[in-house]
Amino acid sequence: MGAAISLRECVSLSGRFPLLAGLSLEVREGEVVHLRGPNGAGKSSLLRLCAGLVPVVSGSAVVLGHDLRTDRHSVRREVGLLGHSGFLYDDLSVERNVRFAVRAARADPGQVEGALRRLGLDGRLRHVPVARLSAGQRRRVSLAVLVARRPRLWLLDEPHAGLDQDGRAELDQLVVEARAAGSTVVLASHELERASAVSDRVVGLAGGRVVAASLCEGRVAGEVGSDVA
Amino acid sequence: MSPGAGPGGGRGTAVLRVLGLLGLVGVVATVWLGLWVTPPDRFMGNLVRLLYLHPAIAWVMYIAYGIAFLSSLLYLWPRTRALAWDRLAGASSEVGVVFTGLTLVTGSIWGRPTWGVWWTWDPLLTTTALLFVLYLGYLAVRQIPGEREARARRSAIAALVAFVDVPIVYFSVLWWRSLHQPPTVDDPVTGKTYVHGSMAWTLLLSFVALTLVYAWLLAHRYRLAALADLEEGEGLELAIAERRAEAGGVPARGEEPAGADLVGAAAGVPDPGARGPGAGR
Amino acid sequence: MLRDAWLVAGKDLRIEVRSKVALGQVAPFAFVVVLLFGLALGPAVGRGSVLSAAAPGLFWVAVLLATVLAVQRSFAVEAADGAADGLRLSGLDPAGVFLGKAAAVAGQLLVLELFLAAAVSLVYDRHLSALVVLAASCVTATIGLVAAGVLYGVVSMGARQRETLLPLLFFPLVAPILLGATKLWGEALAGAPGRGSGWLELLGAFAVAYCAIGVVAFGPLLEEA
Repeated sequence: MGAAISLRECVSLSGRFPLLAGLSLEVREGEVVHLRGPNGAGKSSLLRLCAGLVPVVSGSAVVLGHDLRTDRHSVRREVGLLGHSGFLYDDLSVERNVRFAVRAARADPGQVEGALRRLGLDGRLRHVPVARLSAGQRRRVSLAVLVARRPRLWLLDEPHAGLDQDGRAELDQLVVEARAAGSTVVLASHELERASAVSDRVVGLAGGRVVAASLCEGRVAGEVGSDVA
Repeated sequence: MSPGAGPGGGRGTAVLRVLGLLGLVGVVATVWLGLWVTPPDRFMGNLVRLLYLHPAIAWVMYIAYGIAFLSSLLYLWPRTRALAWDRLAGASSEVGVVFTGLTLVTGSIWGRPTWGVWWTWDPLLTTTALLFVLYLGYLAVRQIPGEREARARRSAIAALVAFVDVPIVYFSVLWWRSLHQPPTVDDPVTGKTYVHGSMAWTLLLSFVALTLVYAWLLAHRYRLAALADLEEGEGLELAIAERRAEAGGVPARGEEPAGADLVGAAAGVPDPGARGPGAGR
Repeated sequence: MLRDAWLVAGKDLRIEVRSKVALGQVAPFAFVVVLLFGLALGPAVGRGSVLSAAAPGLFWVAVLLATVLAVQRSFAVEAADGAADGLRLSGLDPAGVFLGKAAAVAGQLLVLELFLAAAVSLVYDRHLSALVVLAASCVTATIGLVAAGVLYGVVSMGARQRETLLPLLFFPLVAPILLGATKLWGEALAGAPGRGSGWLELLGAFAVAYCAIGVVAFGPLLEEA
């Protein structure tokens, strides 16, 4: 198995402020990694960097085989980022939003229907403009886009925020399924127990660097352990 | 002018001083020649003395925009891409905008007694006025925040967009005018056809002097821009160190990201705990 | 590229159908401008009056002002949720995004121009003639306006003061369009549409130049906004 994410001494800036201060991280394909760390540790920045949104100032960064120092564009079609904002158009309906995102990413539009059903958006909500949805419902729409797109690399930034109990359970299930389908998942979450339960590995960030890493115990971690050995 | 040169050490400043001194001497000499030595013109009287300034200012304006455009192109061209060209483009258009303002003011002062109006919709005048606003816009684009390289590329594209507009503006105003009525007054620059003797020398000197002043201003603006970039770069290491220090006393373990080390990592470090590393914040 | 342009244009027009901002705000604004000119230069109407003589120019100034609003709206839609990251992440070809956004804004503006022309004709009492020349100049001028507008729209998207920056960048740039389109209209309405043929080519050259720059430069500009 190759590396989905391979970062070495990565520095990225916002203005003159270093978001990442020499961060190194290796994520293998098919692995689920849980990012932890206090607010401002660099979790969101790391996810945005992997999505090709933030330039790499120094160090090396290869994501899904694309060298981000020379090409930050090609990776974007292959990753699915669930950010703080959902990249949704307020005035479009739920279904239109999902369809537009799926077609823009050149994914199979046939997956839209199933994705909507999966996130409980296939009923009355389908034709409702996103502007009228609650934060949790918007998150479901963004997740539906990812489900329909089936990206090789899922980058989830606080995916649990705003979701109700059912939604959280559904999200966990989606992560497990994505992993089973061979996708790589990196999720940043303060829902420690919940996120670790579906993760192979926990990586602690602080000050824009990796400060700790450990394997997860439990069901999924056991599988990874056998992989490593 | 070598934009590849550094921001200038001792020698650079010495050259700059000489340049500034020469420019100053040239301007003073132009003023002296223009106001006291040369005779009043047969047709224009004392008004002709403005001629020693206005065409030279306009000339510098053209040079400044020309250099800004060329260095923007050189920045966009991948094989010559260097931040130095961006700094040069910015410095040159800043000086260019100042000289455009001066061109408009001196031209207007000239126009009032000659044509009886402060302003006329002459193609050259109108184009100059639009040029002034276009490049003010360009300078505003330069101020939009962003990563250094990104700002440079954006600015270079904006310079290109603005520059492509200049000939279109000029010809459209030319047609616009000619369809109304033939221009009754020529540009003051053409007045130099009947300039001779001491007047010609003064005029020539004014061109040289103001070009020197331009070069001096340009070099200084460039030097400041280079210093600003340098400062930005120098602050970086400190900023990275500070950023790393946010992690507190926990030793960084980012150096062994390879999969094989993970078991070791798992053994060596108990569960990190999300709030652990940056506790106290 | 064209596939993406089609997708983006369809999306933008659908958003307009849903939100009706162009219909409910940009168009009324253009009509208010037309009325304001009337108040400033009226009340005399009819042949020989200031309003009637200035009608072509006033029409195009109103169009220019409406263009800025339409372009701003087009990018406000993108910045609303995710500050343009969505566009960057979408996987869409930037040239396609440029063409699509330009096409959507141009379509809205052309419809607006149709009604605005009727309004100008009525309110300023100026009979419209040589409709083919009027329409041709509208289409060519609008393409140029929108290409330049969308190009600068993405430039100013990254600026904190984008509302004030866009007009500063946009108006001087499109001065030739104002001149050309006004001249074409003036000649057409005066009953001598043949004389202005050079203007149409100038408008065309402007449109081609800025569409070409937009297709090439939109990507890098979007990246930095």
